[in-house]
Amino acid sequence: MTQSNPLDQKRGLFQRLFGSDSAAAEPVAPVTEPLSWWQRLKGGLQRSSQALGQGISDLLTKKRLDAQTLQDFEDVLIRADLGITVSERIIAALKREKFDRDVEAADIEHVLVNEIKNVLDPVAKPLAIDTTKKPFVILMAGVNGAGKTTTIGKLTAKFKAEGHKILLVAGDTFRAAAIEQLQVWGARNDVEVMSRPQGADAAGLAFDAMTRARTDNFDLVMIDTAGRLQNRTELMQELEKIVRVIKKCDAEAPHASLLVLDATVGQNALSQVELFRKSAGISGLIMTKLDGTARGGILVALAQAQQIPIHFIGVGEGIDDLEPFTADDFARALTQRV
Amino acid sequence: MFESLSDKLSGILNGLTRRGALSEADVTAALREVRLALIEADVSLDVVKTFIEQVRSRAVGAEVVRSVSPGQMVVKIVHDALVETLGAEQVGINLEATPPVAILMVGLQGSGKTTTTAKLARRLTERDRRKVLMASLDTRRPAAMEQLATLGKQLSIETLPIVTGQSPVQITRRALDAARLGGFDVVLLDTAGRTTVDEALMAEVAEVKTLAKPHEVLLVADALTGQDAVNTARAFEERVGITGIVLTRVDGDGRGGAALSMRSVTGKPIKLVGMGEKMDALDDFHPSRIANRILGMGDIVSLVEKASQNIDAEKAKALAEKMRKGKFDLDDLRDQLAQIEKIGGVGGLLGMLPGVAKMKDQIASANLDQTVVKRQKAIIDSMTRMERRNPDILKASRKKRIAAGSGTKVEDINRLLKMHRQTADMMKAMGQAKRGPMAGMAQMFGLGGGMPSAEEIAKLQAQASAGGAGLPDFPGAQGLGQQGQAGKPPIGLPTGLPGMGGKGFGLPGLGGFNPFGGKKK
Repeated sequence: MTQSNPLDQKRGLFQRLFGSDSAAAEPVAPVTEPLSWWQRLKGGLQRSSQALGQGISDLLTKKRLDAQTLQDFEDVLIRADLGITVSERIIAALKREKFDRDVEAADIEHVLVNEIKNVLDPVAKPLAIDTTKKPFVILMAGVNGAGKTTTIGKLTAKFKAEGHKILLVAGDTFRAAAIEQLQVWGARNDVEVMSRPQGADAAGLAFDAMTRARTDNFDLVMIDTAGRLQNRTELMQELEKIVRVIKKCDAEAPHASLLVLDATVGQNALSQVELFRKSAGISGLIMTKLDGTARGGILVALAQAQQIPIHFIGVGEGIDDLEPFTADDFARALTQRV
Repeated sequence: MFESLSDKLSGILNGLTRRGALSEADVTAALREVRLALIEADVSLDVVKTFIEQVRSRAVGAEVVRSVSPGQMVVKIVHDALVETLGAEQVGINLEATPPVAILMVGLQGSGKTTTTAKLARRLTERDRRKVLMASLDTRRPAAMEQLATLGKQLSIETLPIVTGQSPVQITRRALDAARLGGFDVVLLDTAGRTTVDEALMAEVAEVKTLAKPHEVLLVADALTGQDAVNTARAFEERVGITGIVLTRVDGDGRGGAALSMRSVTGKPIKLVGMGEKMDALDDFHPSRIANRILGMGDIVSLVEKASQNIDAEKAKALAEKMRKGKFDLDDLRDQLAQIEKIGGVGGLLGMLPGVAKMKDQIASANLDQTVVKRQKAIIDSMTRMERRNPDILKASRKKRIAAGSGTKVEDINRLLKMHRQTADMMKAMGQAKRGPMAGMAQMFGLGGGMPSAEEIAKLQAQASAGGAGLPDFPGAQGLGQQGQAGKPPIGLPTGLPGMGGKGFGLPGLGGFNPFGGKKK
């Protein structure tokens, strides 16, 4: 039922998820092994499938693919936040290939997943730490509550395991206890957190951190920033200033500016990416909270409109609940629920 | 590119207005566009479908009232349906119970629960004079409890002391006891953010609810939410049972479809909206305002409220007297610029005007930001008192001096002077005309023919604060207000903009941009 996948490990994963027939051949995943996002998603789907929707096969009530069924599939995509334009384009492709022909659920899924995958493939890029840049500077930005601080905590665990010496910078000097929140993540990861009291100038802190990282030989500096809505000009100017100050210390920095997007976000993400790109030179995206019911389909629209790399997805509150973004898994997840 | 729902709908419906008769085809065409616009505005698909059908059944075969164009009729039906779906009237926080009244805050991660809890506590303390205790049940997110404690300290509102290692249920019990013993009127319980598929956490919050028997359970939700809004709202309603919704980040540039979705699937009122980062940025939800905004009529009521809050009534009166005498010098212009800055700059002002939403992109590209106003103020500040009172004496060398003093160029000063002259001329005409085109203009601003006297201004202002502010009959509004509001509470036309009216609506600082006449720029 799934197409063959060149990656053995991947195929095993999908067999575990989909193939009840191959389940016997596949050893049952030990309880201690952490579940991947995809596994959890599948679990969530099973739990809520009655309340929330059906799969493709449920929608395909007729053998022949007619206009009504096409509309139903378009609705699936719209409900996943892909937006009208992208949804229509994908359905047009489905229509070209399969309209008025006898089809099976697997054919439809194949076309839909492929179409989405084709859009996502070029932007599914891992975040590479260039070790020749020392320190490599990562700036985190996003609207309020997107999950910037939590994501920094998770990234820290990941990069520390790769052997980098990391300095965290508590640049959210606005929100109450944001500094303490990052300090907790610092302690969990046993890395240093640089901070100033609440209300201090974040750009000044960034400058100190850059200087500090140079003198004390840090490999990686991750700078947290306060959440801000992209239409608030004065707050965006503040962010621009942080970037400017970082550039004063190292013209190439920040080497990665990451925008954190909440999976529940709708079409507003387009405006977020555009405006954050303008102010902070966003170089990549991380989507958080994909462990809920939201599918985050706006990434497809973003991939189409902005061609911006997508690095990671956040799938829970735990320190290792961060997975690399893969076009294939994501495309499948999008077509799984109505 | 980012057209808002109001932009889109007003575009479509303006097209309809120009046609002669309302046919079924017209309705279908309009509704197809309404559907697209609603989806683009993040209204959940199921809600869109229901809404469209509701409108269709009303629109097809609806009698077109005499003297109203068919397009206006559709506008009215869409408008009424929007208001109805959003909830016909404003519902506040209900505190009618034996104290301590418990209020439970629930929502997804990062929706703004803790900030909203603090804002609500402040509101209940300051507006309703209640003694409020806040307690954080968020044992999961690092420093969540400290966040609430910090906010409590900032606002001088008591928070339950943090005891590490306790479960949310234990904390709830402690909070209720503390509230009872401490003689608190209200106890706000801020829970941890959770996904709705997390069974354990959903069960936990249900248990907290059973224990606390909250009088209000508020779902805190992000206004930028997309299609998932229905899932979230439905899940919290089914698993926990909510009494109302608080929408956060309404100050963002999101299209707010989530409001329609959540209200529609839960039937629960949107009680409050978060409008900014500051602790006083928590406002009542006004369904008709949102509906008006959706229809491209602008948020004129908000504008009036904001204007009457910020505009100095004394100064407005003095200016009105001056205008009547045909005097309007650069000092007055400077005051006017300062007032505009206070209301939130030209951008903020224009955004709230009906019909202007359509021009938002042009406005953005015209770069009408605060700096223009600031620069013009700087120019005036660089003049001597004599020059401000009598701009005619400004010749080349004075202009050069002023340019150097304000960091601008002589051209900028000429532009300012020209603007001043035009504004002054217009004001003079408005102040004196009883008849003729200028009288019509004055009428538009609610000045009733001549200039308002000081008493009239005071009256208008009282009207505004009483909530009965009017929608001025701007050309862009296409007479919507007239028929759209017929028989409704006094949102009637054209009472005008208090304060603003008194100051004329010249919108200084626009440097040749005329929001009503269109696209000079």
